[in-house]
Amino acid sequence: MNLEPIDVVVVGAGPAGMAGARTLSELGLSVVLLDEQCAVGGQIYRGIASASPARREMLGPDYAAGAKLADALRGSTVRHETGASVWQVTRERHVHYLQNGKVRSFAAKAVLLATGAMERPFPIPGWTLPGVMTAGAAQILLKTAGIGPQGPVVLAGCGPLLYLLGWQYLRAGIAISALVDTSRREDYWRARGHLLAALRAWPYLRKGVSLLRALRKGGVPHYTGAEGLQVEGEGQAQALSFTVDGQRQHLPASTVLLHQGVVPNIQFTQALRAQHRWDEAQLCFVPETDRWGALDVPFISVAGDGAGIGGAQAAAIQGRLAALGLARDLGSITPAQRDSTAAPLRAELEQNLRIRPFLDALYRPREENRIPPRDDVTVCRCEEVTAGDVRRFVELGCSGPNQAKSFGRCGMGPCQGRMCGLTVTEIIAKSRGLTPDEVGYYRIRPPIKPITLGELASG
Amino acid sequence: MAADVLVIGAGLHGLSTALHLARRGVKVTVLEADYAGRHASGVNAGGVRTLGRHLAEIPLALASRELWHNLPELLGDDAGFVPSGQLKLAENEAELEQCRARMAELQANGFTHEVTIDRDEVFELLPTVAPHVVGGIWVADDGYAVPYRVVTAVRRTAQRLGVVLHEQTPALSVTQRGSGWQVDTPKGRFEAEHLVVTAGAWAGRLAAEVGEPVPTYPQGLMLMVTHRVAPFCKQVLGATGRALSFKQFDNGTVVIGGKLIGDLDFDARHGEVDIVRLITSAQTVTDLFPHLKHLGINRAWSGIEAFIEDDLPVISQSRHASNLTYSFGYCGSGFQMSLGTGERVAQLVLGEDSPINLDAFAIDRFQPLSSTSPN
Amino acid sequence: MPTDSLFRRVDAEGARTVEVTFDDQPLSVPAGLTVAAALLLGGVRQFRTSPVGGGPRAPYCMMGVCFECLVEIDGVPSRQSCLIEVADGMRIRSQQGARDLPFPQPEAVVMEVQP
Repeated sequence: MNLEPIDVVVVGAGPAGMAGARTLSELGLSVVLLDEQCAVGGQIYRGIASASPARREMLGPDYAAGAKLADALRGSTVRHETGASVWQVTRERHVHYLQNGKVRSFAAKAVLLATGAMERPFPIPGWTLPGVMTAGAAQILLKTAGIGPQGPVVLAGCGPLLYLLGWQYLRAGIAISALVDTSRREDYWRARGHLLAALRAWPYLRKGVSLLRALRKGGVPHYTGAEGLQVEGEGQAQALSFTVDGQRQHLPASTVLLHQGVVPNIQFTQALRAQHRWDEAQLCFVPETDRWGALDVPFISVAGDGAGIGGAQAAAIQGRLAALGLARDLGSITPAQRDSTAAPLRAELEQNLRIRPFLDALYRPREENRIPPRDDVTVCRCEEVTAGDVRRFVELGCSGPNQAKSFGRCGMGPCQGRMCGLTVTEIIAKSRGLTPDEVGYYRIRPPIKPITLGELASG
Repeated sequence: MAADVLVIGAGLHGLSTALHLARRGVKVTVLEADYAGRHASGVNAGGVRTLGRHLAEIPLALASRELWHNLPELLGDDAGFVPSGQLKLAENEAELEQCRARMAELQANGFTHEVTIDRDEVFELLPTVAPHVVGGIWVADDGYAVPYRVVTAVRRTAQRLGVVLHEQTPALSVTQRGSGWQVDTPKGRFEAEHLVVTAGAWAGRLAAEVGEPVPTYPQGLMLMVTHRVAPFCKQVLGATGRALSFKQFDNGTVVIGGKLIGDLDFDARHGEVDIVRLITSAQTVTDLFPHLKHLGINRAWSGIEAFIEDDLPVISQSRHASNLTYSFGYCGSGFQMSLGTGERVAQLVLGEDSPINLDAFAIDRFQPLSSTSPN
Repeated sequence: MPTDSLFRRVDAEGARTVEVTFDDQPLSVPAGLTVAAALLLGGVRQFRTSPVGGGPRAPYCMMGVCFECLVEIDGVPSRQSCLIEVADGMRIRSQQGARDLPFPQPEAVVMEVQP
């Protein structure tokens, strides 16, 4: 195996990775940016480099903002490798990836992980049926392919991305049958305490309000406080049913788009055995970092949503801060240079993160959509393990997610627990009367991305 | 918190010993630093193998085999045991000659459980293997099981028989008071007349504390498992000329291993996976089954196991202290032996006679007799 | 099998199309799309069946984390179709349950006749 030496490997070409890679290269370091997509942008700016002005206009100004980052990266010395699936990052900073079926490896002095977020699992009856997708998936189809659903489409769940997608669909001329909101009046009461801080992030707040207003003006029926969500259909989604104010509703839908927030993608930080903690406000595990995003693993940092959800603008700033931290660790700049460059970035970051506590409280996913009360709901989609199965494992002495794997292959399928990890942790924690921190998360093992025997054999 | 016997380590050897003691009416408490079967016992490749064993191990392995074939009787559960047979492949004439020599040695010692088979017989058993294979050694009564299911079945049976298990309860210190033993843990002091050490990779430290050091060292053994594929191989496979452990489970996944040593963070009780070191295994597998080249590796992992210099475990009473028995250091081959060895260790604790001789596993075999001071 | 598509194009970008097959049926799709997007647009609703329970599955996340969009592409099974761009002449197949592996029989026959 040939290890190519490099100063820094950046994993992930979203806002944090793009900004971080460029900053590192500007400080004189050799940088390679690895990303499995065919172009920069990550998920939030997916397809940004190829989207026409018309499509950017349809998707809105927040999306178009990504073009600046992409342009800046193009003008830098960063080497961007596309179609590069990173399958292992070791604590010694060996980075192995697969590109066009070939195994390639770097020996890096430092690694910046910018692997972003993924949508929180939404385990409800029928969520494995074709026709059910995440709102983020639908948005990716719109961004990269310019395609949207035809036939009855229902958006369900909570969170800014759901409303943004609805707004984008209206602009694209896609009819929406209904917006089924799982947030309740109580959520507004709970979030109220954070309103003052949120008001200081007024543009964000105004944007959210205007999205909802646009949806209302667009004539999209908006149900709030929906519970008991269930996708119905044989072999394909045909309807979404739910209860609002004690009334069971049944909406025909061939496409059901689910969303209840995003959570950090922690596959790499977990596999590196970095310290993680449960974030009760964001209901997810986040890696422990210092203020430069550095993990407790030497010369490995994390920036962006992978370190805790802060959104795209915060991610880009965090990418720069992490780059400064690593550049200092590698001796490219002095601590004083690092700190003076970082000062304005920190102020900007603080401004960006003010809205978070309000959003986290307002769009806190409901327990019934995280910990399925019904035993027959599939939790592990790959191995088809249900919530009831996991509760039965606990009765048999299963004390955490890792044993759940052994008890019933939960989390052992191709997605390697990405789609069930948080759910399984929360089910076990609730069943055992413990906190998610006490119950823990899956031990994540390489390969983080699949590699075939033939590809490995030729490595 | 008094019991007749305290067992340190709830791996398969500890749980099996506890089970066999409980079957004899003994009150047993098992202390486990992590959770039952966390390391080698729960995450090994699951091979139930008498094939290829050291001559000294064969009697214990054959005694265990009886128990494997009667699991529902012993545990009320088959624990996923499949008597698939195990086949060690010879890939050229020189390797086949090694197989014949092995057979001659076994026969000279009165063992008949392994048989050599020729090329036609291999392809009759395994039509999908690459055509260069020339023969092998076959044991029809071997097989495989799902390790954690076995751990769980043994644990639950032991608990039904009254064994008390304390997980997350590491033994901090071990002290002999009179004839009996005290074990201090973060959850309090445990006492019993007898102490059994089945702490795997952590047993060496306890033995050294008692004054009988063993040349044992921990290692992380790596394995990998593939995505599901249609059934193509029923038997557990090994190879004569290269390290290989290979089996396809009922669910279609293929588990691949074979003496793959990974890095170890022993203090963190963690075996690291370095996939780069699995390249040789991937090559072996694609040589033997070229059509598997597109099969995806889903996951690799590592379990911590105790190895001993001479590749044999310690199954022995202490030579330094009374009422102390050891069973550890199985060098990656303890899964199959655990059921029968647990019974043999129970006999050792209780002073029962057995035709199975344990001299080869004595704890004082590593040093000149003069340096040991039995008391 | 392709049926009436649940998706449609909302803009007319990328007029160029490429020809692929899905389960041996020809499909003309816009260039530049991922295989998953192209199949959805082409009316494919079910990409595979679960190797566990046999139920129908289709893309869920479109970003490489759910592994629901696995298909066989040009003879290589279990490819994540949401991460791979369509190319002219691509042969795409759905995956029914656990993947069936073809065995290289002819080679074995040649070996049989050797002395």
